[in-house]
Amino acid sequence: MSHVLIVDDSRSIRELLGGVLRNAGFAVTSASDGQQGLASARGQCFDLVITDINMPVMNGFDLLAALRTLPDYAFKPILILSTEFSQEMKQQGRAAGATGWMVKPFDPVKLVDVIHRLLG
Amino acid sequence: MSQPTTQARELSQYLTFILDGEEYGVPILKVNGIQGFERTTPIPNAPAYVMGIINLRGEVVPIINLRKRFGLQEGTLDAHTVVIVVRVEQADKTRTVGLVVDAVADVYDIKDENLHSTPDFGGKISDTFVRGLGMINEKLVILLEIDHLIDWKRVAEPEPEAATAAA
Amino acid sequence: MHNSTSGHSQLEEIRHIFISECNDGLDLIEQGLLELERGNNTLAIVNDIFRGAHSIKGGAATFGYTNVAEFTHVLETLLDRVRTEELGVTPPLVQVFLEAVDVLRAMVQAMESGEDYDDAQAQTVQAALIGWLGGEQDAVAPAVAMTSATSTTHADPTAVSAMASGQREAKGEDSLAPQTAPGILWDIHFKPAPDFLRNGNQPQHIFRALAELGTLTLQPLLDGLPDFSAFEPETMYLAWSLTLDTQADAARIREVFDWVELDAEIDITPRQPLPEKAAAPSHAPPPAQEAAVAEQHAPRLERRGGKKDAGSIRVDIEKIDVLLNLVGELVINQAMLNQVTRNRSGRHGKELAGELEQGLLLLERTTRELQEAVMEIRMLPLSVTFSRFPRLVHDLSARLNKQVELKITGEQTELDKTVLERIGDPLLHLIRNALDHGIESMEQRQAGGKPATGEIHLGASHEGGSVVIRVSDDGAGLNTERIFQKALEKGLVEADAKLSDSQIHDLIFRPGFSTADVVTDVSGRGVGMDVVRSNIEEIGGRVQVHSERGKGSTFRITLPLTLAILDGQLIRVAGEVYVLPLLSIVETVQVNAALINVISGREVVYRLRGKAVPVVDMREVCRIAGNAVLEDYSGKQMIIVESERRHVGLIVDELLDQHQVVIKSLETNFVKVPGMLGATILGDGTVSLILDVTTLAQTLHRARRGDDHAVATITH
Repeated sequence: MSHVLIVDDSRSIRELLGGVLRNAGFAVTSASDGQQGLASARGQCFDLVITDINMPVMNGFDLLAALRTLPDYAFKPILILSTEFSQEMKQQGRAAGATGWMVKPFDPVKLVDVIHRLLG
Repeated sequence: MSQPTTQARELSQYLTFILDGEEYGVPILKVNGIQGFERTTPIPNAPAYVMGIINLRGEVVPIINLRKRFGLQEGTLDAHTVVIVVRVEQADKTRTVGLVVDAVADVYDIKDENLHSTPDFGGKISDTFVRGLGMINEKLVILLEIDHLIDWKRVAEPEPEAATAAA
Repeated sequence: MHNSTSGHSQLEEIRHIFISECNDGLDLIEQGLLELERGNNTLAIVNDIFRGAHSIKGGAATFGYTNVAEFTHVLETLLDRVRTEELGVTPPLVQVFLEAVDVLRAMVQAMESGEDYDDAQAQTVQAALIGWLGGEQDAVAPAVAMTSATSTTHADPTAVSAMASGQREAKGEDSLAPQTAPGILWDIHFKPAPDFLRNGNQPQHIFRALAELGTLTLQPLLDGLPDFSAFEPETMYLAWSLTLDTQADAARIREVFDWVELDAEIDITPRQPLPEKAAAPSHAPPPAQEAAVAEQHAPRLERRGGKKDAGSIRVDIEKIDVLLNLVGELVINQAMLNQVTRNRSGRHGKELAGELEQGLLLLERTTRELQEAVMEIRMLPLSVTFSRFPRLVHDLSARLNKQVELKITGEQTELDKTVLERIGDPLLHLIRNALDHGIESMEQRQAGGKPATGEIHLGASHEGGSVVIRVSDDGAGLNTERIFQKALEKGLVEADAKLSDSQIHDLIFRPGFSTADVVTDVSGRGVGMDVVRSNIEEIGGRVQVHSERGKGSTFRITLPLTLAILDGQLIRVAGEVYVLPLLSIVETVQVNAALINVISGREVVYRLRGKAVPVVDMREVCRIAGNAVLEDYSGKQMIIVESERRHVGLIVDELLDQHQVVIKSLETNFVKVPGMLGATILGDGTVSLILDVTTLAQTLHRARRGDDHAVATITH
């Protein structure tokens, strides 16, 4: 079973996303800010990470950059899930190392499809 | 006038008990347990058939004297007296209640189609309480509608002394 | 997560969380705005406000509440201008922000209850917000990515509930629309950027996705490959020339590259020119139509039971840890006791008893600590309730043209959740009254030598085993003469009654008193203080007022820490054990027959130090059939209880011990019994009824109202 890490400061998003993914057969761990997310990622090797951008303590971009420095996560798929969708933001995401960009509101079916595809 | 409902499951299991020489039954799915009779704490101004409340594994549960409720002769409360703990439902609320009976009889399967409607059979107990009559090996068993046993709205009001079985 | 929970209730739970998050966010924003208004214009506060709005927007968008998302987006855009200091913080700006918060509260309320909110108001405020942005509608960037090409559908409530049912919703664009045209060949040039792999992408994913659309052939292009010595395994040097034979249209193919469009060069060209055709049927409906559909969905959700928080609380993890530790200790205690009994051979008598006693003492202590820890879990700080008052005072004082400052202290004081829920309304009334009638107008205050700004102080503290909440104002104070007059008019007192000032002040709690008559100001409104008092007494509390003319008034509310546990005095009446709430007991006397008077042949009063106390035989109250009511009370125990400033003497057979009891509701399996607070299970396992002293006193008072004269002088 593949294991996904969700990082978002909104509990309702964590629960919703978690629910969607669990129903699709993934194991899910969640964190409420970038720092927690980084700690979780260090503690366990996840197959995929989904992160929000705007979070307290450590935001998504910083988390991304930090994750990419870890050998385990240098080539892991890391997705951004955010309300933003401007080109500048996406470029910033890409520069930080994001594999893909998803906009809220997200289509649960499409999300699961994409994840399946990314995990092979 | 109780009629067996067409929606009811084909076969239902009933727990039967003896009350003043007659055999009555309640759906086994509504029975939580059976225990001996113990002293109750009386509730002021409650109807005579509400004997009081007891402690059932930490829960406060009222005890109903069925003889009194049905207007039958009062019986003796002794070591053989049994309390059948049931779940009573009314308007979305479920209550746990203990029913004092003379003795427990048996468990039977009765097909719903074999239930007979209650004729005017002497009016011993009110039709509201009866779901139907079952025949088991030539024996008549009166199946109770326990959800209708108690009118909760009237229970907290003091009842006149001559309490009859009229619901 | 419970696997057994159905998908639908799972979604409901999450929706609940979302709604409570929104409310929290709105509280945060409001607090921040009030701070800004006070002049605390720090970047941190503005950021907090911004983040609050942003979170709400994100959540609303995700859960399909597009109208909320859009409204919040406008708010957020304006807040951003403040954050970047393009726009300065001014009172009118804060005012419009506060109005926006109100609109959002109404929207969240609508989300929860499924009812509509006032759209007109929302439109007005939104227009005002846009006005601040410079009046240009385009100043507001598109709110939600509904029009973005990357997402052809958005999560309207139906899509989100698709998650609940765990099923794939058949979406129009996922399945290939029945095409009349045959498959078309497409040439795709795909050159990923050098960083492609470092961003967690893999070309195989793309190829697999394309292969799902039709027949794919790959031709790798190796010209980008460097010399072996310069080769970096993590860098992407390859490109591909792909041929795809598919029935899908260009947009669909492009979609496969959604993720990597920034990370690669992509060229998609058909081999032959495409035949003219209308927008592909498999394309999602035009965004405008979607928007209309969404608009229909969001403001009105399915009618639900509209049940608010049915009884869940958020608990600090630490409290749970404490609980776990104590349970652990309980287990150890039990094991210890087990061992004592198991090893008892060879030991007997005093030694064994001693060990058991030790073990039991330890057990008692652990159980007590466990009980306290559990009660602690139900305790929430008053800040939850107090938080809405600053805004109230701000708005109301503005409306009344008074300057009033609200000071809050002790908001960390904790109370049982059930008590907390019911103290909000009485406090609201008290504060409103203080604003309305307590605090004078600026002119009056200045004329009286007071500072123009009035002060209302809301404070909470633990005192003894209770929580005390004080609402005080430095206003005009109660008008004693007017109160007495009014009471006289209403027949509540006799003209010659000699009452102290505090006794007169207490009259405002009697039914029929309008607070408008209570002070010098004549104002149309007033909330009955009798409602406030009965609300407080219903949760087991008391309220008193202390006032000084010209200086102000203080309302003092005493509340029990918890509703579920009571300090009780056990009594025996006609063989049965009952529990009397200890708080209501004033004293116990042994009846001296000489001090008994019987009025009208039926009503018994007792002369206690010159005052006449009505006497009740508890056997009568407990109505246990077959117990004769005693004629001679001499030597019997009489417990004097107090309720609503009235005293009653209860004759009982025997006074037993005092201890804490857990209140069990009679309504769970029975019905509410008048005169009884509930039942409890005593140490010996038997059930005892807990007497409700308040109803007892009220019933008695009503029955004996004819003899009010005899009773009136009791209030001390």
